[in-house]
Amino acid sequence: MDIPWLTLAIALPAVGALAVALVPPGCGELVKRLTLGVSLGTLLLVGSMALRFDPGSAGRLQFEEIYPWIPRFGVNIAFGVDGIALVLILMAAVLVPLVVLAAWRENEETDDSGKGYFALILALEAMMIGVFAATDVFLFYVLFEAMLIPVYFMIGRYGRGPNRRRAAIKFLLFSLFGGLLMLVAVIAVYVQGGTFLWADLVGPDGGLAGVDTTTARWLFLGFFVAFAIKAPMWPVHTWLPSAAGASRPGTAVLLVGVLDKVGTYGMLRYCLELFPEAAHWFVWPVVVLSLVSIVYGAILAIGQSDMLRLIAYTSLSHFGFITLGIFAMTSQSQAGATLYMVNHGFATGALFLIAGFLIARQGSAAIADYGGVQRLAPKLAGVFLVAGLAGLALPGLAPFVSEFLVFVGTYAFHPVPAIIATVGVVLAALYILWMYQRTMTGPVREELTGLRDLTGREAWAVGPLIALILLFGVQPQPLLDVINPAVEQTMHQIDATDPEPAVDPADQSASGQEGASE
Amino acid sequence: MIPLTDSVPAAAIASPVITEEPPSIDYAVLSPMLVVFAAGVVAVLIEAFAPAARRHSIQLGLALASVLGAFVLTVLQVGAMPDAEAGMAPEEVAGVTTAMNSVAIDRPTLFLQGTILVLSFISLLLVAERRSGESAFAAQAATVPGSEEERSHVLAGSRHTEVYPLVLFALLGMLLFPAANDFLTMFVALEVMSLPLYLLCGLARRRRLFSQEAAVKYFLLGAFSSAFFLFGIALVYGYAGSVNFADIHEAIETGGSTLFVGGTATPLLLVGIAMIAVGLLFKVGAVPFHNWKPDVYQGAPTPITALMASGVLVAAFGAMLRVFLMAFGAAVADWRPMLWVVAILTMVLAAVVAVTQRDIKRLLAYSSVVHAGFVLTAVVAATPEGLAGALFYLAAYGFTTIGAFAVITLVRTHENGPEAADISQWAGLGRTSPLLAGALALFLLAFAGIPLTSGFIGKFAVFQAAVAAGATPLVVVGVLASAVTAFFYVRIIVLMYFAEPEGAGPSVIRAGTLTGSVIGLGVAATLLLGVYPTPVLDTLLPQPVEAALEPGMATEDGFTR
Repeated sequence: MDIPWLTLAIALPAVGALAVALVPPGCGELVKRLTLGVSLGTLLLVGSMALRFDPGSAGRLQFEEIYPWIPRFGVNIAFGVDGIALVLILMAAVLVPLVVLAAWRENEETDDSGKGYFALILALEAMMIGVFAATDVFLFYVLFEAMLIPVYFMIGRYGRGPNRRRAAIKFLLFSLFGGLLMLVAVIAVYVQGGTFLWADLVGPDGGLAGVDTTTARWLFLGFFVAFAIKAPMWPVHTWLPSAAGASRPGTAVLLVGVLDKVGTYGMLRYCLELFPEAAHWFVWPVVVLSLVSIVYGAILAIGQSDMLRLIAYTSLSHFGFITLGIFAMTSQSQAGATLYMVNHGFATGALFLIAGFLIARQGSAAIADYGGVQRLAPKLAGVFLVAGLAGLALPGLAPFVSEFLVFVGTYAFHPVPAIIATVGVVLAALYILWMYQRTMTGPVREELTGLRDLTGREAWAVGPLIALILLFGVQPQPLLDVINPAVEQTMHQIDATDPEPAVDPADQSASGQEGASE
Repeated sequence: MIPLTDSVPAAAIASPVITEEPPSIDYAVLSPMLVVFAAGVVAVLIEAFAPAARRHSIQLGLALASVLGAFVLTVLQVGAMPDAEAGMAPEEVAGVTTAMNSVAIDRPTLFLQGTILVLSFISLLLVAERRSGESAFAAQAATVPGSEEERSHVLAGSRHTEVYPLVLFALLGMLLFPAANDFLTMFVALEVMSLPLYLLCGLARRRRLFSQEAAVKYFLLGAFSSAFFLFGIALVYGYAGSVNFADIHEAIETGGSTLFVGGTATPLLLVGIAMIAVGLLFKVGAVPFHNWKPDVYQGAPTPITALMASGVLVAAFGAMLRVFLMAFGAAVADWRPMLWVVAILTMVLAAVVAVTQRDIKRLLAYSSVVHAGFVLTAVVAATPEGLAGALFYLAAYGFTTIGAFAVITLVRTHENGPEAADISQWAGLGRTSPLLAGALALFLLAFAGIPLTSGFIGKFAVFQAAVAAGATPLVVVGVLASAVTAFFYVRIIVLMYFAEPEGAGPSVIRAGTLTGSVIGLGVAATLLLGVYPTPVLDTLLPQPVEAALEPGMATEDGFTR
């Protein structure tokens, strides 16, 4: 246990980013191989760390490391993961090499043969792992904000289309605005709690136990607004479609698949556990906003004419499910929400990558520019269909499990939101299948003749994701085994209990002493 | 004046009592200032006696050596400071006063002086830079712009080596300003600092009319604010019977001097505080006394702008902190609401106006006003943490801003053209000179307070102090203003990196050794203070004394008395 796993997992891509940036110009091939090697090495490192993770451990955080950073402000470089953070780190580590592989030929026109882009990807990976692993609120904040800079350049400099500059600014300003409000809350947490260490702040004996109700609610809001912008949630979502639409598909995978998860992860880890009372108080407003996001995102997705924007809007809808699950505060709904974060990363990642393959062939993301692709490129259309069906949570594919858990948990919390949320499922079938129908079926458009099917490299980029979607669709238990203890501890921290299932009296008397003791 | 009655002892106004003994002066603690002063005087003699051809190199060598020497002496004094240990009274570790209590050398002073010396050293490197035989300063400032006489001076290669003694005298003022322990010394320091700057502002080589306008404006407004400051001193003297900060502090605690029975002189104190505040707020450039800043920053030669935006700002805030936390520390309830209003106005108005700016130097001037507002939140906190936060912020901002102005000196509209003033002329810089654009992007991100830069740690320090002192609404305004300022910093980055250049794009002068090292130092300081600020925070700033601190009261402020 002496190996500083998390530090290594953060340092490797960070050093890799520096190395890639320092490669002399003109060595495009070396840059790509080096980036892929580093990201695969990181995956290996994170994977072997995950194998050493003990789901049954009594302590919440594992692989803990702590080094003083700025003693005067009580700031430490503190890392540690619970099951929730671990699966998210794993997801990020899986996605990065695939994105690199998918971006293999995207940089031939850029003036630096993609050196900057690949260095930014690796820098972003280091920060993404760091942000999920941070157990010091200050460190979390630092990484949360610093992550914006690589993404900003990935969109603004290496993005697509004439709107990328505006999209990059919009993304940065939205995130910065939320982040700065969070800064006030972070400072106030320190002033009130006397420490930045997450483990010392939470719980009945924690530093924040004595904070009065009003202050706690304001602090909750400070964190929540930042996370809601990041997640994103209606009505602060408007940056996402423009950012995703102006990004390269690979950037969009990392942006929507991983970065936005920081928002929902932050709600679960920070909003709920630091301010349990306030979180209970805010349950209904957040549930309503989640429902609006679910329905609104789905309806707008139907109306989109650009594939990347469409996928971005479906994500808005999916993030609604995740926040709904988190704030329904039952163990099924929260486990479902966490699982959803992972599955959404894989399913949406696959969709973005495949859309990217189409864009790489035709140079257009408009749905109207495609038609009948299935006849020309059956394999491509096939994986697109599987990824799409995963997006609408077809049983047998991974997202179904998580969506089902969210529904079960939410229904136990209150039937009405669960029923309204089902609208999102119906609409999901509409937007996914209609997009498939418009692009893949029908008569072949003239300008598409000669469209190549999936190449070997592309199959390697998207294949693992399809495999994971299928695997976790039939066998989600390994993931749930890791997630469940962390969710139970979260529930315990926030003093939430699962509602008793309503059972009729005959069954209750049969079930013995549990019923009697109530 | 109110006629004095017999019952009032005459000694009350004749303080301090004139004795036969000469005042004891601790030359050792004053040595950094003496070195700079002596170098300034010698530099004037060099102007008179050294041959013109060698004047520049002698002047530059002397100036750099004296600043370096003064810095070494300052560091030695930091080493001689007793360490704060448990059981020691705050007075024992605070520092010393000398020259009849008129100068206080304590930890804040030494930190400020050290910072000012380093920043001035860096600015001097910028001042000295010459490219293709052309410096940033006018060949002969006395000639009429555009005249035949000016042309002949340019052709003859005349140079203003007087710049160096002027900078040294201004530096002397900057060093004394935050160290002054009574109002008269502070006023003298203020004038010694300002007068050379008025002159230096008017010496720009290009756009000389702009430059002269800036100098006149700065001079008139500066003189006006000095008058306010002086009148304020007179009123406070009327209240406290002394100009010494420790005496004023005591007088406020005991309810006015013996001149007035029963504290009826409070109006004198309040009006006095307000007028002194006008003088100090003018120097730091807080709204509504900020109007000079954009004009002066734009018109002055860029190396001088760098000096003003860094060293002068640090000195002015140092003096302000000492006056408000120490002299007026006991009247914190009286001045805090005023500074609340000023801080909010400063942050909001300057941030909003900055959005509309097109000229890069004006934009940085407004940005400097916004930053002054951020530091004011720490002044409002009036705690040791606030003091420490403000000092750190000033140092961090100083390095970043000099670096930014150094970049500005290099980017020209075209070959041998003037500096590229309009930000649209900066389009595409990221493609043509990635290193230079990268450095400026880093400085701008630091201004915006993005983590892992010094700007973030500084902002965190001042905001944390303000929240701890109960000024949370002020901090919320502060972060909202930060979000607005981020917009225009980011806009410049967008222009540099994401926009296609207009025509051939900006022409960049190859950075000479001097400017190059200035930018390098700025980058290094911005990153180091952002990633690992602990050494600066721990060793140079006074550790807050945990005990005996009533919330909101500036009793133990880290200043010596």
